[in-house]
Amino acid sequence: MTDHLNLLIGLAMGLNLVALGSSRLPSLIRVAAFQGVVLGLMPLVMEPELGVLAGLIASATVLMKGLVIPGLLRRAMRAARIERDLAPLIGFLPSLLLGAAGMMGAVALARQLPLLPEHRNSLLVPGAAATVFTGLLLLVGRTKAISQVCGYLILENGIYLFGLLLLGSTPLLVEGGILLDLTVAVFVTGIIVDRIQRAFDSLDTRKLTALHE
Amino acid sequence: MTLTLTSLADLLARLALWAIVAPLLPGLINRVKAWVAGRRGPPVLQLYYDLGKLWRKGVVVSTLASPGFFIGPVVTWVALLGAAALVPLGPLGATLSFRGDVILLVYLLALARFATAWAAWETGSAFEGMGAAREVSYAVLAEAAIITAVLTLSVHSGSLSLAALLAPTPGAGAALLAAGWFIVLLAENCRVPFDDPNTHLELTMIHEAMVLDHSGPLLAVVLHGAALKLMLFAMLLVQAVVPLGDLSASVAGAVLWVGVLGVAVGVGLVESLLARYAFRRVPLLLTTAFLFCWFALMLAWKGGVA
Repeated sequence: MTDHLNLLIGLAMGLNLVALGSSRLPSLIRVAAFQGVVLGLMPLVMEPELGVLAGLIASATVLMKGLVIPGLLRRAMRAARIERDLAPLIGFLPSLLLGAAGMMGAVALARQLPLLPEHRNSLLVPGAAATVFTGLLLLVGRTKAISQVCGYLILENGIYLFGLLLLGSTPLLVEGGILLDLTVAVFVTGIIVDRIQRAFDSLDTRKLTALHE
Repeated sequence: MTLTLTSLADLLARLALWAIVAPLLPGLINRVKAWVAGRRGPPVLQLYYDLGKLWRKGVVVSTLASPGFFIGPVVTWVALLGAAALVPLGPLGATLSFRGDVILLVYLLALARFATAWAAWETGSAFEGMGAAREVSYAVLAEAAIITAVLTLSVHSGSLSLAALLAPTPGAGAALLAAGWFIVLLAENCRVPFDDPNTHLELTMIHEAMVLDHSGPLLAVVLHGAALKLMLFAMLLVQAVVPLGDLSASVAGAVLWVGVLGVAVGVGLVESLLARYAFRRVPLLLTTAFLFCWFALMLAWKGGVA
């Protein structure tokens, strides 16, 4: 079980690096969605006996993160007619190296933490920390609003990974609430993106710092 | 290491094998490319004909060229053949094997690159200089990946000699290592995402730009050296990834050759399906290869501790 789980988390961590290295908006959205799907499958692997709870969480997560949210983002991208090239503040090469360093830092950090014995051999904690770090890096290092949403999505994926540690004790309601919040946030951002595009003819968030009354 | 008469004969037989089989791989790659494109393509043995034709031709030499222009390709070829002599051939093992021979291999590859670049500069042509500058600057990143891959294998096997390095069954990092090494193979042999061997537009090429002024037997030596290098990388890739030691000798030998041919087919498929990358994307791809090898190293290291 731990082996399969570690394989999935390793895949998610690899996707972090792909996200940092991808230079096109559609591919970034695809990577974030795929990572969401990979994460969504994890409750199924973690629970030895397939409970209703795990099944529900898994299917809801896969549906939301794999289909609904990327669909909303693609729609926003089409509606705002933005160019597909990402304009990075932190270049692709430095962000890739930073991401790799963050990944190793996360593994080193997780070894220092006093974890429960059943979590000691799993990659859950380092994977979560590395994914959160990747999300932050994307949020800081990309200028377009939609790519920042993708960073936010990956950040949330990391938090979801942390949440998997408590899968047994978190009520379904909380998980469902988080998913719903996320969807609404992406939905609202989709609208905002359109507005920003109309007001400024660009999605560069750096221009938003110069707002006046 | 005692150099008896039989081991000397063995060594010579191996070198002859390398020299004779190597030009098969580029022919195979071209055949795969032609097949994907729906053409009939040149015969698999085309490179042999080319080498024979070039060998009979004369040499045109730039008035600026010093003897380095002639020495360079020869040094490259000898260095590559020497590197090939160090590589074990699956169940046959290696004739020349000593502690640290893998480091000699890396240095021989570096020497070959230096000699090619040197011969390119000797022509005094701006294009050659440009190609050499590109080749050397990409090599900085590719060599980082090569050395990390070697480190991974030596941490994994706890040894510094190639035969022992490639013998044990690879751990979980084998897939990572294979991916990283394949990208390095494409970069080092100037295959498609990095360089297009078919292009003859000086502004976009790397390796071809370096050898533009070479002609006749010199060009034949350069081409044959390139084929040797391709086979060497394919050989190392297959042996590092496939656990040949677990198979019986004849099966392992068959698997090794099928693997090398498979790598050639893979290169052909990559060339058919991908376009050459823009130059600014190349360091990104090479860094990816480095990271693949790096994470394989981390896995091998962590596996050794736990």
